[in-house]
Amino acid sequence: MSGDVMCDEKGFCVQREGERCVIDATGVYYRQLNEQIRAALEHGVTDIEVVQVRGQRYIATAVEGDVHFTVRGVPGQDLGAFMRGPTIHVYGNAQDGVGNTMDGGRIVIHGMAGDVLGYAMRDGRILVRGDVGYRVGIHMKAYMDRVPVIVVGGKAGDFLGEYMAGGAIILLGMHSGMADAPITGRNLGTGMHGGVIYLRGRVPEYQLGPGLAMEPVDEADMDFLRGHVADFAAEFAGEFGAVGDEPADAATLTDAILSEPFVKIRPFSHRPYGNMYVGTN
Amino acid sequence: MQAPRDFWHFEKDISGCGVFGVIDRARRLIPGSEPIAAMCTMHDRGNGLGGGFAAYGIYPDRADWYAFHLMCDDRDALERAEGVIKQFHDIRHSEPIPTRKVASVKNPPVVWRFFVTPKANRPAWATGDEADYMVGTVMHINTKVPGVFVFSSGKDMGAFKGVGFPEDIADFFRLDEYHAHMWTGHNRFPTNTPGWWGGAHPFTLLDWAIVHNGEISSYGINKRYLCQHGYECTLMTDTEVVAYLIDLLIRKHGLTKREASWVFAPPFWDEVDRMPEAEREAFKALRMVYGSALLNGPFAILVTDSNGMMGLNDRVKLRPLVVAEKGDRVFMSSEESSIREVCRDLDRVWAPKAGQPVTVDYLPQGGAA
Repeated sequence: MSGDVMCDEKGFCVQREGERCVIDATGVYYRQLNEQIRAALEHGVTDIEVVQVRGQRYIATAVEGDVHFTVRGVPGQDLGAFMRGPTIHVYGNAQDGVGNTMDGGRIVIHGMAGDVLGYAMRDGRILVRGDVGYRVGIHMKAYMDRVPVIVVGGKAGDFLGEYMAGGAIILLGMHSGMADAPITGRNLGTGMHGGVIYLRGRVPEYQLGPGLAMEPVDEADMDFLRGHVADFAAEFAGEFGAVGDEPADAATLTDAILSEPFVKIRPFSHRPYGNMYVGTN
Repeated sequence: MQAPRDFWHFEKDISGCGVFGVIDRARRLIPGSEPIAAMCTMHDRGNGLGGGFAAYGIYPDRADWYAFHLMCDDRDALERAEGVIKQFHDIRHSEPIPTRKVASVKNPPVVWRFFVTPKANRPAWATGDEADYMVGTVMHINTKVPGVFVFSSGKDMGAFKGVGFPEDIADFFRLDEYHAHMWTGHNRFPTNTPGWWGGAHPFTLLDWAIVHNGEISSYGINKRYLCQHGYECTLMTDTEVVAYLIDLLIRKHGLTKREASWVFAPPFWDEVDRMPEAEREAFKALRMVYGSALLNGPFAILVTDSNGMMGLNDRVKLRPLVVAEKGDRVFMSSEESSIREVCRDLDRVWAPKAGQPVTVDYLPQGGAA
């Protein structure tokens, strides 16, 4: 590959083609890989493709601004942790801790993802084509116009939205490798005191954590869902079957996803745990 | 050692133990370089205080003899152990376990292997079967012979472990020179117990080997329960109880691997309440009889024996476990990246549900695959 060679003060060098660079992660330790990514960012590169990724942690962690990452392979723990602004596309499966305490931006996983995805997420979007693990969206929160949203095409494990304080989780349960598994497991929304979980289909009441209500969606919910489902469908059109295994275009996929009823799960009172430790009245 | 003055001088330790396993169901041999490379990918899950591997099918020429792997403080300790072994067994072959000097492996013990068969005329007090007799020998050496521990005692298999990163321990034991049809590996980040040679994983008994990520909070209860059944814990690490419990439940009491997994990670009581009556009564009975064998706390374990491999998570899945298939090969690991390191193209990848075991047996030998 031709182009300029960029080095930071520690001597980590990458090659660039204008605003774009490709980094081969084969055999590169996570610290060196992240040094190379930072060297590229410091030199004004805004489009970074990292190939042959196998388990390197912290990719794009705490990166700010309008930067695009393409990750090919299986990125390691805490992909995009603390980040504010960047877009990450992963072509492969992601491991645990994707978007840990993420502060903004967008992560799109063209595969499945592991446990604690979106842990304490404060803003931004995470879209996953397939299944996700346990404790997804644990401790998500929102403040004024900063409302994080996770959309999952497949199924989720137990403790979905545990301790959730704000934001939204939309679980579709469609593109799953686990045909026999329920859409999500036990302790759904345990300790949840804010935000909302939307499920395509429904789950037995006993799966819900205490203090939660499962209700049909209304018009306002459907408007919200339509926007995020269309966004999801635009990312995965052609990779995702609307009916059966036949890949669908974005509009067909959106309609197919919205053709089944959704339910919403949220706390049935404001501050349900307000009196748990300290009496307030 | 003094704590850093400011919080930004802390270096967070990002470890958390790593497990990896691979089995070729048709018993085709897998070179040691594969599990070593997979464990290297998960280097940061350990902190250099424990690494180890178990390998099945490595002693085909001595497959009928029990292979005792011993770690000894010094040559005197080894001689004491040899004396005890000679008393109860015929030693068919005896040799040092081949090692090479590795800069990062400090003060290794004397490691030796004996291939043995029980004496034809066993002492009158030996009432159990041959396997019980072998277990008795292991317990006797580990509790009564100073400075010696048996860390492997199965047939046609062996454990190799010590203090170091797994790649260092593999280098030390020259595991790149072995071929096996099933391997497990472990990278240790000791939390509650010392990082010493005996405390590294795998933990073994007969042909059972266990690697574990997590911690067994019920260790005290499990240990006392095992003590009543003749198993004595000497290795100062929680995972030791899993090796002995699995031997007790499956070999001694005749439970299946599925039933043993229900003992280790039982369904919650509210789930039991929703079961049909017969099933509910069965689960209540299992819990009443084997409550002291329940494993509390987070775990992802790989259990191996001469029949195959089982992966199991605790019932709320507090540790990661990924399973993948490629033809006759099945992989189980803490991280998918480690599997991709040795096999880029996989037929299927999934994360098993909490408390639901994934059991992979060898294909019947001589039969059609």
